[in-house]
Amino acid sequence: MTTNEIISPENLVYTKTKVLNDTPMHYCPGCSHGVVHKLIAEIIEEMDFQDKTIGIAPVGCAVFAYKYLDIDWQQAAHGRAPALATAVKRLLPDRLVFTYQGDGDLAAIGTAETIHAANRGENIAIIFINNGIYGMTGGQMAPTTLLGMKSSTSPNGRTAPLNGNPLDITKLLAQLEGTCYVTRQSVHNVASVRKTKKAIRKAFENSMEGKGTSVVEVVSTCNSGWKLSPAASNDWMVENMFPAYPICDLKDL
Amino acid sequence: MAKIKGAVVVNIERCKGCNLCVVACPSNVLALNKEANSKGYNYSIMVDPDSCVGCAACAYVCPDACITVYKVRV
Ligand SMILES: Cc1ncc(C[n+]2csc(CCOP(=O)(O)OP(=O)(O)O)c2C)c(N)n1
Ligand code: SF4
Ligand code: SF4
Ligand code: SF4
Ligand SMILES: [Mg+2]
Repeated sequence: MTTNEIISPENLVYTKTKVLNDTPMHYCPGCSHGVVHKLIAEIIEEMDFQDKTIGIAPVGCAVFAYKYLDIDWQQAAHGRAPALATAVKRLLPDRLVFTYQGDGDLAAIGTAETIHAANRGENIAIIFINNGIYGMTGGQMAPTTLLGMKSSTSPNGRTAPLNGNPLDITKLLAQLEGTCYVTRQSVHNVASVRKTKKAIRKAFENSMEGKGTSVVEVVSTCNSGWKLSPAASNDWMVENMFPAYPICDLKDL
Repeated sequence: MAKIKGAVVVNIERCKGCNLCVVACPSNVLALNKEANSKGYNYSIMVDPDSCVGCAACAYVCPDACITVYKVRV
Protein backbone atom coordinates (compact mmCIF):
# COMPACT_ATOMS: atom_id res chain seq x y z
CA MET A 1 0.00 0.00 0.00
CA THR A 2 1.44 3.38 -0.94
CA THR A 3 1.51 6.43 1.31
CA ASN A 4 -1.06 8.11 -0.89
CA GLU A 5 -3.42 5.15 -0.50
CA ILE A 6 -3.05 5.19 3.28
CA ILE A 7 -3.84 8.92 3.40
CA SER A 8 -7.59 8.54 3.17
CA PRO A 9 -10.42 9.65 5.52
CA GLU A 10 -11.34 6.10 6.62
CA ASN A 11 -7.79 5.58 7.93
CA LEU A 12 -7.65 8.80 9.94
CA VAL A 13 -6.41 8.33 13.53
CA TYR A 14 -5.40 11.83 14.61
CA THR A 15 -5.92 15.37 13.39
CA LYS A 16 -6.09 18.87 14.83
CA THR A 17 -9.29 19.48 16.79
CA LYS A 18 -11.55 22.18 15.35
CA VAL A 19 -11.73 23.91 18.75
CA LEU A 20 -8.15 24.99 18.00
CA ASN A 21 -8.64 27.34 15.05
CA ASP A 22 -6.38 27.79 12.02
CA THR A 23 -4.70 30.98 13.26
CA PRO A 24 -0.98 30.24 13.61
CA MET A 25 0.04 30.49 17.27
CA HIS A 26 2.65 33.16 18.09
CA TYR A 27 4.62 30.89 20.45
CA CYS A 28 8.29 30.15 19.80
CA PRO A 29 8.92 26.85 17.97
CA GLY A 30 8.65 23.95 20.42
CA CYS A 31 7.04 25.94 23.26
CA SER A 32 5.06 23.88 25.80
CA HIS A 33 2.22 26.43 25.70
CA GLY A 34 1.17 25.08 22.29
CA VAL A 35 0.87 21.49 23.50
CA VAL A 36 -1.29 22.52 26.45
CA HIS A 37 -3.53 24.71 24.26
CA LYS A 38 -4.04 21.72 21.99
CA LEU A 39 -4.95 19.42 24.91
CA ILE A 40 -7.45 21.90 26.35
CA ALA A 41 -9.05 22.26 22.91
CA GLU A 42 -9.26 18.48 22.46
CA ILE A 43 -10.89 18.02 25.89
CA ILE A 44 -13.46 20.75 25.21
CA GLU A 45 -14.34 19.04 21.94
CA GLU A 46 -14.57 15.61 23.59
CA MET A 47 -16.76 16.99 26.42
CA ASP A 48 -18.90 18.76 23.79
CA PHE A 49 -18.48 21.98 25.78
CA GLN A 50 -17.41 24.42 23.06
CA ASP A 51 -20.46 26.64 23.64
CA LYS A 52 -20.25 26.38 27.41
CA THR A 53 -16.61 27.12 28.17
CA ILE A 54 -15.17 30.45 29.28
CA GLY A 55 -11.38 30.66 29.48
CA ILE A 56 -9.57 33.38 31.41
CA ALA A 57 -6.35 34.37 29.64
CA PRO A 58 -3.37 35.72 31.62
CA VAL A 59 -0.66 38.26 31.04
CA GLY A 60 2.44 36.45 29.86
CA CYS A 61 3.21 34.62 26.65
CA ALA A 62 -0.31 33.14 26.75
CA VAL A 63 -1.94 36.60 26.70
CA PHE A 64 -3.28 35.82 23.21
CA ALA A 65 -4.69 32.40 24.10
CA TYR A 66 -8.09 33.80 23.15
CA LYS A 67 -6.98 34.06 19.54
CA TYR A 68 -6.50 30.31 19.18
CA LEU A 69 -9.19 28.41 21.07
CA ASP A 70 -12.61 28.93 19.56
CA ILE A 71 -14.48 29.37 22.87
CA ASP A 72 -15.53 32.39 24.93
CA TRP A 73 -12.70 34.21 26.72
CA GLN A 74 -11.99 37.02 29.11
CA GLN A 75 -8.51 38.46 29.43
CA ALA A 76 -7.49 39.35 32.97
CA ALA A 77 -5.11 41.96 34.34
CA HIS A 78 -1.75 40.42 35.26
CA GLY A 79 -2.27 37.76 37.96
CA ARG A 80 -5.96 38.44 38.39
CA ALA A 81 -7.31 35.48 36.38
CA PRO A 82 -8.60 33.55 39.44
CA ALA A 83 -10.51 36.64 40.65
CA LEU A 84 -12.08 37.15 37.25
CA ALA A 85 -12.83 33.42 37.00
CA THR A 86 -14.55 33.62 40.39
CA ALA A 87 -16.88 36.32 39.12
CA VAL A 88 -17.59 34.59 35.81
CA LYS A 89 -18.30 31.21 37.43
CA ARG A 90 -20.54 32.68 40.11
CA LEU A 91 -22.56 34.62 37.54
CA LEU A 92 -22.73 31.72 35.08
CA PRO A 93 -22.49 28.53 37.16
CA ASP A 94 -23.49 26.28 34.27
CA ARG A 95 -20.34 27.21 32.31
CA LEU A 96 -16.97 25.53 32.44
CA VAL A 97 -14.60 28.24 33.66
CA PHE A 98 -10.84 27.82 33.69
CA THR A 99 -7.82 30.07 34.07
CA TYR A 100 -4.64 29.61 32.06
CA GLN A 101 -1.64 31.16 33.82
CA GLY A 102 2.14 31.24 33.75
CA ASP A 103 4.32 31.07 36.84
CA GLY A 104 4.96 34.82 36.89
CA ASP A 105 1.24 35.48 36.57
CA LEU A 106 0.10 32.86 39.09
CA ALA A 107 2.96 32.70 41.60
CA ALA A 108 4.33 36.28 41.61
CA ILE A 109 1.95 39.14 40.89
CA GLY A 110 -1.18 36.96 41.29
CA THR A 111 -0.23 35.06 44.44
CA ALA A 112 -3.02 36.61 46.51
CA GLU A 113 -5.74 35.98 43.93
CA THR A 114 -4.55 32.42 43.40
CA ILE A 115 -4.43 31.50 47.07
CA HIS A 116 -7.73 33.11 47.98
CA ALA A 117 -9.68 31.69 45.04
CA ALA A 118 -8.34 28.21 45.87
CA ASN A 119 -8.99 28.73 49.58
CA ARG A 120 -12.59 29.73 48.86
CA GLY A 121 -12.89 26.59 46.77
CA GLU A 122 -14.20 28.36 43.70
CA ASN A 123 -15.51 25.83 41.18
CA ILE A 124 -12.88 26.65 38.60
CA ALA A 125 -9.94 24.83 37.04
CA ILE A 126 -6.53 26.50 37.16
CA ILE A 127 -4.09 25.47 34.43
CA PHE A 128 -0.64 26.55 35.57
CA ILE A 129 2.25 26.62 33.09
CA ASN A 130 5.44 26.54 35.16
CA ASN A 131 8.44 27.21 32.93
CA GLY A 132 10.49 28.70 35.76
CA ILE A 133 10.87 32.06 34.08
CA TYR A 134 9.12 35.18 32.79
CA GLY A 135 9.04 34.09 29.16
CA MET A 136 7.20 37.02 27.62
CA THR A 137 9.30 39.85 28.97
CA GLY A 138 12.70 38.37 28.17
CA GLY A 139 13.53 35.62 30.62
CA GLN A 140 13.61 37.34 34.01
CA MET A 141 13.73 35.33 37.23
CA ALA A 142 10.36 34.07 38.48
CA PRO A 143 9.45 32.84 41.98
CA THR A 144 9.72 29.33 40.50
CA THR A 145 13.22 29.80 39.02
CA LEU A 146 15.48 27.05 40.37
CA LEU A 147 18.46 27.67 42.63
CA GLY A 148 21.49 28.02 40.37
CA MET A 149 19.32 28.66 37.31
CA LYS A 150 20.41 31.54 35.12
CA SER A 151 17.95 34.16 33.99
CA SER A 152 18.34 37.70 32.68
CA THR A 153 17.96 39.01 36.25
CA SER A 154 20.07 36.24 37.84
CA PRO A 155 22.87 36.04 35.26
CA ASN A 156 25.12 34.07 37.60
CA GLY A 157 22.35 31.77 38.76
CA ARG A 158 19.73 32.21 41.48
CA THR A 159 20.99 32.09 45.06
CA ALA A 160 18.84 31.84 48.17
CA PRO A 161 20.55 34.65 50.15
CA LEU A 162 20.16 37.15 47.32
CA ASN A 163 16.97 35.98 45.57
CA GLY A 164 15.08 33.83 48.07
CA ASN A 165 14.12 30.20 47.61
CA PRO A 166 12.03 28.86 44.73
CA LEU A 167 8.33 28.86 45.55
CA ASP A 168 6.46 25.57 45.21
CA ILE A 169 3.06 27.20 45.12
CA THR A 170 1.31 24.04 43.95
CA LYS A 171 2.31 22.28 47.15
CA LEU A 172 0.93 25.23 49.06
CA LEU A 173 -2.38 25.14 47.17
CA ALA A 174 -2.75 21.44 47.98
CA GLN A 175 -2.86 22.36 51.70
CA LEU A 176 -5.92 24.57 51.30
CA GLU A 177 -9.41 23.40 52.24
CA GLY A 178 -10.90 24.64 48.97
CA THR A 179 -8.86 22.55 46.57
CA CYS A 180 -10.17 19.12 45.56
CA TYR A 181 -7.57 18.09 42.99
CA VAL A 182 -3.99 19.32 42.73
CA THR A 183 -1.60 17.63 40.33
CA ARG A 184 1.71 18.27 38.63
CA GLN A 185 2.26 17.00 35.10
CA SER A 186 4.36 17.70 31.98
CA VAL A 187 4.05 17.49 28.19
CA HIS A 188 7.51 16.45 27.00
CA ASN A 189 6.67 13.00 25.58
CA VAL A 190 3.68 10.92 24.52
CA ALA A 191 3.03 9.35 27.94
CA SER A 192 3.16 12.69 29.75
CA VAL A 193 0.94 14.37 27.13
CA ARG A 194 -1.67 11.64 27.65
CA LYS A 195 -1.49 11.96 31.46
CA THR A 196 -1.81 15.74 31.33
CA LYS A 197 -4.85 15.42 29.11
CA LYS A 198 -6.51 13.11 31.66
CA ALA A 199 -5.59 15.49 34.47
CA ILE A 200 -7.07 18.55 32.75
CA ARG A 201 -10.21 16.59 31.89
CA LYS A 202 -10.60 15.60 35.53
CA ALA A 203 -10.08 19.22 36.63
CA PHE A 204 -12.78 20.36 34.20
CA GLU A 205 -15.19 17.65 35.37
CA ASN A 206 -14.54 18.49 39.04
CA SER A 207 -15.41 22.11 38.40
CA MET A 208 -18.70 21.14 36.71
CA GLU A 209 -19.52 18.81 39.62
CA GLY A 210 -18.98 21.67 42.07
CA LYS A 211 -16.21 19.91 43.95
CA GLY A 212 -14.06 23.00 44.45
CA THR A 213 -10.86 24.28 42.89
CA SER A 214 -8.67 22.01 40.76
CA VAL A 215 -5.09 22.93 39.94
CA VAL A 216 -3.12 21.32 37.13
CA GLU A 217 0.49 22.48 37.08
CA VAL A 218 2.29 21.63 33.85
CA VAL A 219 6.05 21.72 34.34
CA SER A 220 7.03 23.30 31.04
CA THR A 221 9.88 24.59 28.93
CA CYS A 222 10.67 28.07 27.69
CA ASN A 223 13.37 27.22 25.20
CA SER A 224 13.90 30.86 24.20
CA GLY A 225 14.32 32.00 27.79
CA TRP A 226 16.43 28.99 28.67
CA LYS A 227 18.53 29.46 25.52
CA LEU A 228 18.37 25.79 24.54
CA SER A 229 16.80 23.95 21.62
CA PRO A 230 13.26 22.61 22.20
CA ALA A 231 14.50 19.01 22.55
CA ALA A 232 17.42 20.01 24.80
CA SER A 233 14.98 22.06 26.90
CA ASN A 234 12.87 18.96 27.50
CA ASP A 235 15.97 17.05 28.64
CA TRP A 236 17.04 19.96 30.86
CA MET A 237 13.56 20.07 32.37
CA VAL A 238 13.58 16.36 33.21
CA GLU A 239 17.02 16.63 34.78
CA ASN A 240 16.64 19.91 36.66
CA MET A 241 12.97 20.89 37.03
CA PHE A 242 11.55 17.47 37.97
CA PRO A 243 13.66 17.05 41.15
CA ALA A 244 12.35 20.41 42.40
CA TYR A 245 8.84 20.00 40.99
CA PRO A 246 8.16 16.24 41.02
CA ILE A 247 5.45 14.88 38.73
CA CYS A 248 2.66 13.49 40.94
CA ASP A 249 -0.85 14.00 42.26
CA LEU A 250 -0.56 16.19 45.35
CA LYS A 251 -4.24 15.89 46.24
CA ASP A 252 -7.19 14.00 44.81
CA LEU A 253 -10.39 14.01 46.86
CA MET B 1 0.32 -11.79 9.73
CA ALA B 2 -1.46 -8.46 9.74
CA LYS B 3 0.89 -5.54 9.48
CA ILE B 4 0.19 -1.97 10.48
CA LYS B 5 1.14 0.78 8.08
CA GLY B 6 0.90 4.46 8.79
CA ALA B 7 1.37 7.80 7.10
CA VAL B 8 1.42 11.39 8.27
CA VAL B 9 0.59 14.69 6.62
CA VAL B 10 2.33 17.77 7.97
CA ASN B 11 0.66 21.16 7.64
CA ILE B 12 3.73 22.76 6.08
CA GLU B 13 2.75 26.39 6.62
CA ARG B 14 1.80 25.77 10.27
CA CYS B 15 5.02 23.86 11.07
CA LYS B 16 7.74 25.78 12.94
CA GLY B 17 10.50 23.23 12.46
CA CYS B 18 10.90 22.68 16.21
CA ASN B 19 12.10 19.09 15.64
CA LEU B 20 10.09 17.65 18.54
CA CYS B 21 8.17 15.27 16.25
CA VAL B 22 11.45 14.06 14.75
CA VAL B 23 12.76 13.23 18.24
CA ALA B 24 9.46 11.62 19.31
CA CYS B 25 9.09 9.24 16.34
CA PRO B 26 10.12 5.73 17.44
CA SER B 27 10.71 4.63 13.83
CA ASN B 28 12.86 7.54 12.60
CA VAL B 29 10.35 8.36 9.91
CA LEU B 30 10.63 12.13 10.12
CA ALA B 31 13.31 14.76 9.54
CA LEU B 32 13.36 18.50 8.91
CA ASN B 33 13.34 19.35 5.23
CA LYS B 34 16.18 21.29 3.62
CA GLU B 35 13.48 23.46 2.04
CA ALA B 36 11.81 26.04 4.26
CA ASN B 37 8.19 27.19 4.33
CA SER B 38 7.16 30.80 3.62
CA LYS B 39 8.12 31.81 7.16
CA GLY B 40 11.60 30.34 6.83
CA TYR B 41 11.01 27.26 8.96
CA ASN B 42 12.49 23.95 7.83
CA TYR B 43 9.33 21.90 8.10
CA SER B 44 8.99 18.25 9.05
CA ILE B 45 8.71 15.61 6.29
CA MET B 46 8.59 11.83 6.07
CA VAL B 47 12.04 10.68 4.97
CA ASP B 48 11.31 6.99 5.59
CA PRO B 49 7.56 6.64 4.98
CA ASP B 50 7.71 2.83 4.81
CA SER B 51 8.65 2.67 8.50
CA CYS B 52 5.65 4.68 9.72
CA VAL B 53 3.31 2.65 11.96
CA GLY B 54 0.76 5.41 12.51
CA CYS B 55 1.38 5.54 16.26
CA ALA B 56 0.75 9.32 16.32
CA ALA B 57 3.59 10.00 18.78
CA CYS B 58 4.71 12.83 16.50
CA ALA B 59 1.25 14.35 16.48
CA TYR B 60 0.77 14.13 20.26
CA VAL B 61 3.95 16.10 21.00
CA CYS B 62 3.63 18.68 18.20
CA PRO B 63 3.01 22.04 19.92
CA ASP B 64 1.34 23.46 16.83
CA ALA B 65 -1.04 20.62 15.96
CA CYS B 66 0.47 20.33 12.49
CA ILE B 67 0.35 16.57 12.03
CA THR B 68 -2.51 14.42 10.76
CA VAL B 69 -2.03 10.67 11.12
CA TYR B 70 -3.46 7.77 9.13
CA LYS B 71 -3.18 4.05 9.83
CA VAL B 72 -4.25 0.82 8.11
CA ARG B 73 -3.97 -2.90 8.73
CA VAL B 74 -2.58 -4.62 5.63
C1 LIG C 1 0.87 44.91 36.08
C2 LIG C 1 1.97 44.36 35.18
N1 LIG C 1 3.20 44.16 35.69
C3 LIG C 1 4.17 43.64 34.90
C4 LIG C 1 3.92 43.35 33.60
C5 LIG C 1 5.04 42.80 32.74
N2 LIG C 1 4.90 41.37 32.49
C6 LIG C 1 4.30 40.91 31.38
S1 LIG C 1 4.30 39.24 31.28
C7 LIG C 1 5.15 39.13 32.75
C8 LIG C 1 5.55 37.80 33.31
C9 LIG C 1 5.10 36.63 32.53
O1 LIG C 1 5.64 35.46 33.04
P1 LIG C 1 4.80 34.15 33.19
O2 LIG C 1 3.52 34.42 33.89
O3 LIG C 1 5.68 33.13 33.81
O4 LIG C 1 4.39 33.74 31.70
P2 LIG C 1 5.27 33.13 30.51
O5 LIG C 1 5.50 34.25 29.57
O6 LIG C 1 6.54 32.58 31.10
O7 LIG C 1 4.39 32.06 29.96
C10 LIG C 1 5.40 40.37 33.29
C11 LIG C 1 6.12 40.61 34.54
C12 LIG C 1 2.62 43.59 33.10
N3 LIG C 1 2.29 43.30 31.83
N4 LIG C 1 1.67 44.10 33.90
S1 SF4 D 1 9.30 33.06 25.27
FE1 SF4 D 1 9.28 31.02 26.21
S2 SF4 D 1 7.18 30.74 27.04
FE2 SF4 D 1 7.15 32.45 25.57
S3 SF4 D 1 6.55 31.54 23.60
FE3 SF4 D 1 8.79 31.61 23.64
S4 SF4 D 1 9.38 29.60 24.47
FE4 SF4 D 1 7.21 29.89 24.95
S1 SF4 E 1 2.87 8.19 13.29
FE1 SF4 E 1 4.43 7.24 14.65
S2 SF4 E 1 5.77 6.14 13.24
FE2 SF4 E 1 4.56 7.54 11.96
S3 SF4 E 1 5.85 9.40 11.80
FE3 SF4 E 1 4.51 9.71 13.55
S4 SF4 E 1 5.68 8.99 15.33
FE4 SF4 E 1 6.67 8.18 13.48
S1 SF4 F 1 6.54 19.06 16.09
FE1 SF4 F 1 5.10 20.15 14.78
S2 SF4 F 1 5.92 22.23 14.59
FE2 SF4 F 1 7.56 20.94 15.38
S3 SF4 F 1 8.69 20.28 13.55
FE3 SF4 F 1 7.18 18.70 13.98
S4 SF4 F 1 5.38 19.24 12.76
FE4 SF4 F 1 6.70 21.05 12.84
MG1 LIG G 1 6.73 31.59 32.96
